[in-house]
Amino acid sequence: MRLADKGVLQRGKPVTFSFNGRHMMGLEGDTLASALLANGVHLVARSFKYHRPRGILTAGSEEPNALVTIGSGAQRDPNIRATSQEIFDGLEAHSQNCWPSVEHDIQAVNDLAAPFFGAGFYYKTFMWPAAFWEKVYEPIIRKAAGLGALSGQADPDACEKAYAFCDLLVIGSGPAGLMAALVAGRAGADVILAEEDFRMGGRLLAEVEQIDGMPGVDWVAQVLEELRSLDNVRLMPRTAITGAYDQGTYGALERVGHHQPRRANLPRECFWRIVAKRAVLAAGAIERPIAFSNNDRPGIMTASAVRSYLNRWGVAPGQRVTLFANNDQAHHTARDLVQAGLHVAMVVDSRHDAPDSELYPVMKGAQICNTSGRKRIDSITVRSVAGEERIQTDCLAMSGGWNPTLHLTCHLNGRPQWNRDIASFVPTPGAVPGLVSAGACNGEFATAGALREGAEAAAQVLSDLGLEAVKTDLPVAGDDPYNIAALWAVPGKGRAWLDFQNDVTVKDVKQAATENFSSVEHMKRYTTQGMATDQGKNSNVAALAVLADATGRGIPETGTTTFRPPFVPVSIAAMGAGAAGQGLKPQRFLTSHLASKELGAPAIEVGLWYRTSYFPEPGETTWRQSCDREVTMVRDHVGVCDVSTLGKIDIQGPDAAKLLDFVYTNTFSTLKLGKVRYGLMLREDGFVMDDGTTARMGEHHYVMTTTTAAASQVMAHLEFVRQALRPEWDVQITSVTEQWAQFAVAGPKSRELLNGMLGEQIDDASWPFMSCGAVDVLGVKGRLFRISFSGEMAYEIAVPARYGDALFRELLQRVKTLDGGVYGMEALNVLRIEKGFLTHAELNGTVTAFDLGMQGMVSKKKDCIGKPMSTRPGLMAEDRERLVGLKPIGAVKQLTAGAHLFNPDDPVERIYDQGYVTSVGFSPTLGHSVALAFLKNGPDRIGDEVRLVDHMRGIDAICEVVSPVFFDPEGGRARG
Amino acid sequence: MRVTCPNCGERDRREFYVKGAALARPAADAALDEWHDHVNLRDNPAGEVHELWFHEMGCGAWIDVCRNVVSHEVISTAWVSDLGGTR
Amino acid sequence: MADLISLSPCDGLLPVTIGSVTLSEDLPDAMTSLAPYAGQEKALSAALEAAHGMGFPAINRSTGKAGARAIWFSQGMALVQGVVVAPELTEFAALTDQGDAWAVVRLDGDGAEDVLARLVPVDLRRQSFKRGHTVRAELAHMMASITRVGPDAFQVMVFRSMARTLVHDLKTAMAAVHARG
Ligand SMILES: [Zn+2]
Repeated sequence: MRLADKGVLQRGKPVTFSFNGRHMMGLEGDTLASALLANGVHLVARSFKYHRPRGILTAGSEEPNALVTIGSGAQRDPNIRATSQEIFDGLEAHSQNCWPSVEHDIQAVNDLAAPFFGAGFYYKTFMWPAAFWEKVYEPIIRKAAGLGALSGQADPDACEKAYAFCDLLVIGSGPAGLMAALVAGRAGADVILAEEDFRMGGRLLAEVEQIDGMPGVDWVAQVLEELRSLDNVRLMPRTAITGAYDQGTYGALERVGHHQPRRANLPRECFWRIVAKRAVLAAGAIERPIAFSNNDRPGIMTASAVRSYLNRWGVAPGQRVTLFANNDQAHHTARDLVQAGLHVAMVVDSRHDAPDSELYPVMKGAQICNTSGRKRIDSITVRSVAGEERIQTDCLAMSGGWNPTLHLTCHLNGRPQWNRDIASFVPTPGAVPGLVSAGACNGEFATAGALREGAEAAAQVLSDLGLEAVKTDLPVAGDDPYNIAALWAVPGKGRAWLDFQNDVTVKDVKQAATENFSSVEHMKRYTTQGMATDQGKNSNVAALAVLADATGRGIPETGTTTFRPPFVPVSIAAMGAGAAGQGLKPQRFLTSHLASKELGAPAIEVGLWYRTSYFPEPGETTWRQSCDREVTMVRDHVGVCDVSTLGKIDIQGPDAAKLLDFVYTNTFSTLKLGKVRYGLMLREDGFVMDDGTTARMGEHHYVMTTTTAAASQVMAHLEFVRQALRPEWDVQITSVTEQWAQFAVAGPKSRELLNGMLGEQIDDASWPFMSCGAVDVLGVKGRLFRISFSGEMAYEIAVPARYGDALFRELLQRVKTLDGGVYGMEALNVLRIEKGFLTHAELNGTVTAFDLGMQGMVSKKKDCIGKPMSTRPGLMAEDRERLVGLKPIGAVKQLTAGAHLFNPDDPVERIYDQGYVTSVGFSPTLGHSVALAFLKNGPDRIGDEVRLVDHMRGIDAICEVVSPVFFDPEGGRARG
Repeated sequence: MRVTCPNCGERDRREFYVKGAALARPAADAALDEWHDHVNLRDNPAGEVHELWFHEMGCGAWIDVCRNVVSHEVISTAWVSDLGGTR
Repeated sequence: MADLISLSPCDGLLPVTIGSVTLSEDLPDAMTSLAPYAGQEKALSAALEAAHGMGFPAINRSTGKAGARAIWFSQGMALVQGVVVAPELTEFAALTDQGDAWAVVRLDGDGAEDVLARLVPVDLRRQSFKRGHTVRAELAHMMASITRVGPDAFQVMVFRSMARTLVHDLKTAMAAVHARG
């Protein structure tokens, strides 16, 4: 019920929303929880395990009960806390984990069977038979227990990520946070004030108290107005700091679109990474329930939540309220209710020395031992020295004291410390470097103290940052004592709930202790206490206290509570923001991409690159037909292929040759101007890193090519050698991969094709095999390399990338006149396998120069990276798996990469493994499949038979071991 | 985690590639055992380590990063090129 | 003999305006990287000043102005944009033509900072990143060069082959910033 003249939310702006299909009215500034209470709705949810009716326990993000599903269809968001969700016109909310409705939930029968469902029930019951677990038990349990469900459809909404930077991050906008922001802001510090709530002010919005002679809410408004006027202060409402990370990095989740109707492009959430030189944690505290029998009925709330609904939202949570407390502060709830004209039936205080009041009756030294009311509380039973007494009530406020919200101080492994005076844990100073705690999260629960600690924390930060503080007077505020006497659980029969969200009772924790799960970590896992969306915010300390009691230890001896990120649930969508579809990773497109697409040619991903697989001709229905044609076309006539993805590195300087000699196994200082040489590069551990060709373009100028796969690795490696190992060398390197569009022109007619396009005619004398130089290509300055990855007479022609599209289209036209065409990756692969040329299928990080038969390329005359280690006996052993070719000679003609090799008479078992296949293709040139493989003692077994087995694809083929060079072993075709 | 690049200033860890321990490269003719030690054996102390970081997404500098692997404190960073070519 | 037609990296993709921010392609007349040889830093800077009226930029800074600018481009390297570098500079530095290697876009308008804050893990707000400042940094998993070229204007560069991703990611961020209003 809404009260007139109560509450601090905007009046006069009604909002229509629906809950479980029922339309209701609320006010702008309402949460779903406050609006439901205003509409008299207390039964909101069903519990996780027993499907017990549950209401609204809290008024913050720690809410364990009132989880609802917002929206419908693909846009459904499950497990949203009604206490955080703002209402807006058209908001649609539904109860979850209940059927057919929250009022009548069939699985509430679980509650009757509760004696069987205690801690460890699942572990003990669903053990055997093991095969039943996945197929029978788990689906049933998942269906019965649990939280809300996902829609199962793709999420149509986007989230976003962003970065922010500041001198000071203030976490929380209660008295401590506002004071810290004000002091730092006035001094000119670059401040971010982040507040989880949509309205700043913290508890000051929910308490009746005066600051500097004005209502706390007015003081908040005044401070916020000043902060808004400062350019150096950034206010971030609806932003929960989710985690503290190294070097002052904080994760934060901002709710951007959840509180308004959906709009195009408006993100639902933004996941921030905030980098702060300093932080002030002013996150407040969370009030804890007391465990007693049936303490979980709708209508039972924390005392501070009752004050929040009353003072902030002007909602009376009941007409006949009772209070159960163990501290002075909770009595404010009774005071505020009475002053608002509501009836307080009884204040039950467990302390014998609890304060009296003229406003409401107080029973001292008494405890609530039971409640009744199925869908909403209707009475409490109070036990005192006078015996048991039943009192009618429709709302019970309870307070077992407060737990500082110190979660972030645990994120870098900090352990909180027990403070006997407040019967709770407080942060360990310095647990997060650069972060200072102030106010309630630091165990200072009085407003005056919080204001002071906030100001002091800011002053400390300013001094650290070398900024001058502007004198700021501390406002005058309340300093009421807290006076708590710990009470965790009321003894007695019946189930007393500790963890509302996971349906964990005092009895469950005691049972864990009895079964020797007496470490707090074991207890939590055995009982599931502290899991799911609230992560034990409401129950950790009390569960620890009950465990301490059950094991006869003190609380600090029993353990401590720790918390990991995130502080509030973060959707995977927010963490993966921007990564859907094209945002997953950069896409690199060749200059020939568009023209290839116009030809209907499919592209395949090669790392980040998109390369053309094959170019289908009319009538071709499979890739193999196109590939076979393209291979034959290159062997017989001429083909053109975009090879721009190969890494290209410009190397210049007087010591360029030294660098090459050091990173390659072979020598490049002897390479003549205008010549190209194949080179092999090792890692320092002696294994092959990469291969490629390097051209000498000038006296001190080389251009290195790398494989596509290793381009960035080789670049980093060269920089490493240049900067770390040989900084005294005068050599500069620059990646020019993207500068040049480069096309292979391969086949017997390649020169004929080029001669129609170059400024000067070329022949074998002017451009012999492995030569290079500058050329004029249709009026553009380009480069020409006489190199071959196909075994044919071939060139690679390069032009600045802006002409790549035009040159490709030009080549496309001209090559047709020579019975040639363009070819793709599939044909390129077959052409190189036929020749035994290598790619990273072979250079897989486990092979040596010796394995490739290239040990002769490791120069004996000079040092190079990897040379010492490559000489280890194990890397030169004859029985290593070494490169060979394979061809099928049995009934099965298909070969597969990844297949393993066995001797024909051996069992097909791992210990008999003789090697593996790296590359395969069908050679139209030879008329059979060809494969490259690594085989034990490979080169010594040419002519032998091996058995190729691929269990994955069901291939079992007999092969002959042959030379890896299937075609033109003398290399005459390439030399022309 | 944030590391200070001597060129670019403090940057997010995502911009860097980490190679591993910063070690002096043995002489080319050093005994194989010494090479084996260099390539394969690491002390793994619970405390300060020197590592080689590459500012791959930034300026391309190789950096010697001294950090405490227990506290995660970054103690110092320096251009490897200033360390005399022994890394 | 057919002349080859040149295409820009963002051909057909730009310009685009969303809200107050405009993204357009820049096509500097030339781009050349300059990496001074050992001990030649000062001589190179003097020669650059003499030939093109701008010094070799300090780390994270640029020199010159629109049309002829030198931006710090990486460890020991600058990129000269807009002018064809005088050949005599080869005496002091390794010169490499980069004129086709990079997609260059200009992000301009109120809110440009907010757009980049969604993609770049570096503080690019005007109080810390002033006109003439430049960084090499990650932009949505791409190696980028970002220079403030005006009060609300940035030059953003990534590898040419990634032009489409750059435009896609910037447009997405522009739309999100605009949608917040
Ligand atoms: Zn850097």
